[in-house]
Amino acid sequence: MTAVTGEIISFEEAIQKYDPVLGFEVHVELNTKTKMFSSAPNAFGDVPNTNVTPVDLGLPGVLPVVNGVAVESAIKIGLALNCSIAEKCYFARKNYFYPDTPKNFQTSQYEDPIAYDGSIDIELADGTVFTVEIERAHMEEDAGKLTHMGGSTGRIQGAEYSLVDYNRAGVPLIEIVTKPIEGAGARAPELAKAYVAVIREIVKNLGVSDARMERGNVRCDANVSLRPHGREQFGTRTETKNVNSLRAVEHAVRYEIQRHAAVLDTGTPILQETRHWHEDTRSTTSGRPKSDADDYRYFPEPDLVPVVTNEAWIAKLRAELPEPPAERRKRLQADWEYSDAEFRDVVNAGVMSSIEDTVAAGVSASVARKWWMGEISRRARLAELEPAELGVTPELIVELQGLIDAGRINDKLSRDVLDGVLAGEGTPTEVVEQRGLAVVSDDGPLLEAIDGALAAQPDVAEKIRGGKIQAVGAIVGGVMKATRGQADAGRVRELILQRLGVEG
Amino acid sequence: MAEINRDEVAHLARLAHIDMTDDELGRMAGELAVIVDSIRSISEVAGDDVPATSHPIPLSNVFRDDVVGQTLTNEEALLGAPDDADGRFRVPAILDGE
Repeated sequence: MTAVTGEIISFEEAIQKYDPVLGFEVHVELNTKTKMFSSAPNAFGDVPNTNVTPVDLGLPGVLPVVNGVAVESAIKIGLALNCSIAEKCYFARKNYFYPDTPKNFQTSQYEDPIAYDGSIDIELADGTVFTVEIERAHMEEDAGKLTHMGGSTGRIQGAEYSLVDYNRAGVPLIEIVTKPIEGAGARAPELAKAYVAVIREIVKNLGVSDARMERGNVRCDANVSLRPHGREQFGTRTETKNVNSLRAVEHAVRYEIQRHAAVLDTGTPILQETRHWHEDTRSTTSGRPKSDADDYRYFPEPDLVPVVTNEAWIAKLRAELPEPPAERRKRLQADWEYSDAEFRDVVNAGVMSSIEDTVAAGVSASVARKWWMGEISRRARLAELEPAELGVTPELIVELQGLIDAGRINDKLSRDVLDGVLAGEGTPTEVVEQRGLAVVSDDGPLLEAIDGALAAQPDVAEKIRGGKIQAVGAIVGGVMKATRGQADAGRVRELILQRLGVEG
Repeated sequence: MAEINRDEVAHLARLAHIDMTDDELGRMAGELAVIVDSIRSISEVAGDDVPATSHPIPLSNVFRDDVVGQTLTNEEALLGAPDDADGRFRVPAILDGE
């Protein structure tokens, strides 16, 4: 019996029978102004084949020149991944024929990557820490973009022809390769997602990449193999390409574990091949088997001279590194006195930096959290935006909170004020005045509303008189309704109890 | 004498996308063997302490400032293209014949 494509067993059963080993190749596009080897702009979304020079098109007689900033970015990434930096390294030609590479080779690095032997700690949601060893990080260039025409849904299979845009050809890439990751067990899919998230965070924090996965700034190839528990030798691996969101990385690793297990259960060996990830069906299909076409005949790039580093240069770049994300999180959590659960929610909601800025603007950490995790997150969910994209500034929150603290508005009114500010009606104070939103602080109208509410619910009033103080909420509710929310609920409660001659 | 057989030459020719006749494969196998032997004689002179040379001139760290320079226009970029469409290079079906 042979497992056909699409046949899988349950994840739990797969993990019970087999031990997964992972490996990742993550490509990071740098955000330099120009390409790796030419002065063409490194930009996304421009008219096809306009961000190109003769170098990028591989025209005869051209000579590449290395982008110095890209080299420094590569070294910074290496340092952030706790790698050793090569004293001397070379570029190499990786030879293959494919229309996305006009030169018929990709300029890359082979035996001497610029950074090697690193490691990073990956913290999972429950606090478990896995150390992932980094094999190497090397410099190379991106390929052009192919669009397959005439087939079904843009797939290469069945296409009649393809169109090529070389704007992306030559964009600086750093490829980060892990050593085999063992021992993750059932946490493998979660670890995969967390690893890519950490790499994305690191390169974004370094400022060397825009790190937008939806634009392909960070792309992951996920290697998966299974072996029976207790065996040291690795099983045959597959490399799943095109997993370009965090969720997809998690799902692809999970799917491949289930698929490998189903194949191995039938006694069939795994075919070493690339697999393609399909987001729509959440499954992989066979790509290209390893073949003699993968003999890339690397040789040193004769048109580029070696990169030689020295201690002073590396020390200078090390001094420019920002605080590592993991250490920053630890420091902020301690400063803000958030519980582990509170802090995790803040990180997952993507509002940590916003809270940091808001605290710096002058409110307490708990108030900043209330705003970003409450009202602003709620609006972001409705608008399907990131909280930071709503246009709420730290200064705006400081002013809103100041109005609340001064008793001029309450929490409920502050939402209306925020509506007004975001609709461009002015500052919070201006919106309060223009919309007439100030809390009713004059006791006269409040007492009138209280008397009305008490008269409307005489049985409740009687209960309160009889000592059932908790019943006061119903009367407060009535008053708030009557004043259209413009009363200070605390003050209303006080006045009701006073009116009924009951001690609060 | 190095041994380069016809199969190895045929493999290299396939990787390099070069069509070769049977006669050419046989002749090239002999010529490549001589070339490999010639290069090998250099290894005999250079000991393990001599690193491989990638460049004859001892230069390193030739870098460019990260400043945008002149680019080709879309029309210029496509001038040498055998075929184009929608401002892009048009290439035959990639998987055809595989």
